[in-house]
Amino acid sequence: MTTDSLQVPAPERRPAAPADRVRRPVRRRLSLRPGAGRQHHAGPVAYALLIIATLASLFPLYWTMVAASSDNSRVSRTPPPFLPGPHLFENLGKAWQDAALGKAMTNSLIVAGVIALSTVLFATLAGFAFAKLRFRGRNVLLMLVIGTMMVPPQLGVVPLFMMMSDLGWGQQLPAVIFPTLVSAVGVFFMRQYLGEALPDELVEAGRVDGAHSLRIFWSIVLPVARPAMAVLFMITFVHAWNDFFWPFIALDMTNPTVPVALTQLSAGYVRDQSLIMAGALLGTLPLLAMFVVFGRQIVGGIMQGAVKG
Amino acid sequence: MALQTFRRSTFWHRLDVRGAPYAFVAPFFVVFAAFSFYPLLYTAWISLHRVELSSMDLMEWVGFDNYVALWEDERFWNALANTFTLGVVSTVPQLLMALGLAHLLHYRLRGSVFFRVAALTPYATSVGAAALVFTMLFERDFGMINWLLELVGLSPVNWENDKWAAQLAISAIVIWRWTGYNALLYLAAMQAVPGERYEAAALDGASRWQQFRMVTIPGIRSTVVFTIVLSTIGATQLFGEPLIFGQGPNGITGGADNQYQTLGLLLYEEGWKNYQMGRAATIAWAMFLLLVLIFVVQRVVRRLTARPAGARRVLSRSGQS
Repeated sequence: MTTDSLQVPAPERRPAAPADRVRRPVRRRLSLRPGAGRQHHAGPVAYALLIIATLASLFPLYWTMVAASSDNSRVSRTPPPFLPGPHLFENLGKAWQDAALGKAMTNSLIVAGVIALSTVLFATLAGFAFAKLRFRGRNVLLMLVIGTMMVPPQLGVVPLFMMMSDLGWGQQLPAVIFPTLVSAVGVFFMRQYLGEALPDELVEAGRVDGAHSLRIFWSIVLPVARPAMAVLFMITFVHAWNDFFWPFIALDMTNPTVPVALTQLSAGYVRDQSLIMAGALLGTLPLLAMFVVFGRQIVGGIMQGAVKG
Repeated sequence: MALQTFRRSTFWHRLDVRGAPYAFVAPFFVVFAAFSFYPLLYTAWISLHRVELSSMDLMEWVGFDNYVALWEDERFWNALANTFTLGVVSTVPQLLMALGLAHLLHYRLRGSVFFRVAALTPYATSVGAAALVFTMLFERDFGMINWLLELVGLSPVNWENDKWAAQLAISAIVIWRWTGYNALLYLAAMQAVPGERYEAAALDGASRWQQFRMVTIPGIRSTVVFTIVLSTIGATQLFGEPLIFGQGPNGITGGADNQYQTLGLLLYEEGWKNYQMGRAATIAWAMFLLLVLIFVVQRVVRRLTARPAGARRVLSRSGQS
């Protein structure tokens, strides 16, 4: 027995959690099961209102598809068409060409992918430290993290623009990747999740076995954090894909992300309304596909990360 | 010898236990400092200079000239007023509707997952795509909204040219994109309200509406504050929606008469259309001061109206995991 294994766990200060807490399945936190609140069954009025809300949510997207599948004269008809027309793929192809969406899609994939990966990695590291490690200044630093959510990054665009051109990243993808490599929301989200899902005993057992912190992170924290990391990845991906203000300033039309390329559609380069809608549809499709497949998990993740109370 | 390796391992172990937490949180702070905090401070410095986009290395000190010019510039006051009205019109109905939607979603429902995902779908749509679609829906001659208005016997509206109509249309884009997201935040908070509180209220004879007002709303107070804060920040930064709604050149100036130009658009116009980076920085810093002002006012109002033990803060809740 060496001294270091004695000084690490402090059993007096941290009473062992009851066994059921340790064994609780991790995935449950992300499920959509309703909470313990008093719940009434929804009546017909509630269903009617919900259906109206759902229609309001989905109709603009449906209509995008209708317009994208029509030709220009059909779109500008009164009354407007409510059923899809026959020109969908033709229009999608033309919009792809006119707005240079191929390049934009590749760029957006790279930007959103890199940002989401790094956000997940750094948020998990920091979230683990804030949730399970004790260190001086922890609460102050956590408050700082939350405080940074109140500082809109948009306000720094002027010097940021200068910085990027000094670094030689003018109109280059790193200019939009680097400023968003981390996210305060992500850190907070992982802290909440790991605080609940990672038993203290596991971390302490790792310490007793002589594992160093990075090793504990790799072999103990990561497996537990995986479901939350997947959700955070998707949420960050959506945000990064849709980010507009800074990419619009930092990039130009020769090397755009999807939302930047879409402004070209409205700015008179393409006058054909059905083509504009085809472009809008194309730019949204990747995320819509993600929502169809993982919508449940994304919803669960957003609710999980919410400040409750 | 054995003692030495033993000591060394203790040293490394201590360093690990003490240092690793800081190493783990460091990436966040380094990136934030480099790409958010430093630019924010540097913005203040640039705002005291004359800097042009074409020659950004040449900074000519002008003191507070940019601020004086901004104060006397009626486009600034116009943009400030527009940002304020657009902020109110897009935020207030959005959060109220989100509250209602969350209440509906909190019922025991068939297909609750479907309703939740559907409510969140607009959030997956980028500003670009959403604004393009709504611009078409609000089109003057063949847009669906005007067609509906005529159908019920009202006269069509020139959504782009009329100031208030344009602001309403732009707010509609914001409301559409964010209502479902906020509803889910409220729903999560509602689910965390202990069931006993409702039982106690029911025992006291409270109706459902009274329960909603007396139990649900106080129970999700921190979440409401949180969404108000985030929506307010978002509203002061409004940029993409009016830009695209204006379709190109008209977008940056916020319409032919600046009728929906926001501070964000004015910042962009000064910096990247008029090439005056110093002035753009002045506007950015003015936006920041505006945010600070809003929160000071909000704090004071809350302190004046708060009941003694009423105000629980976001942080004190998040402290308990």
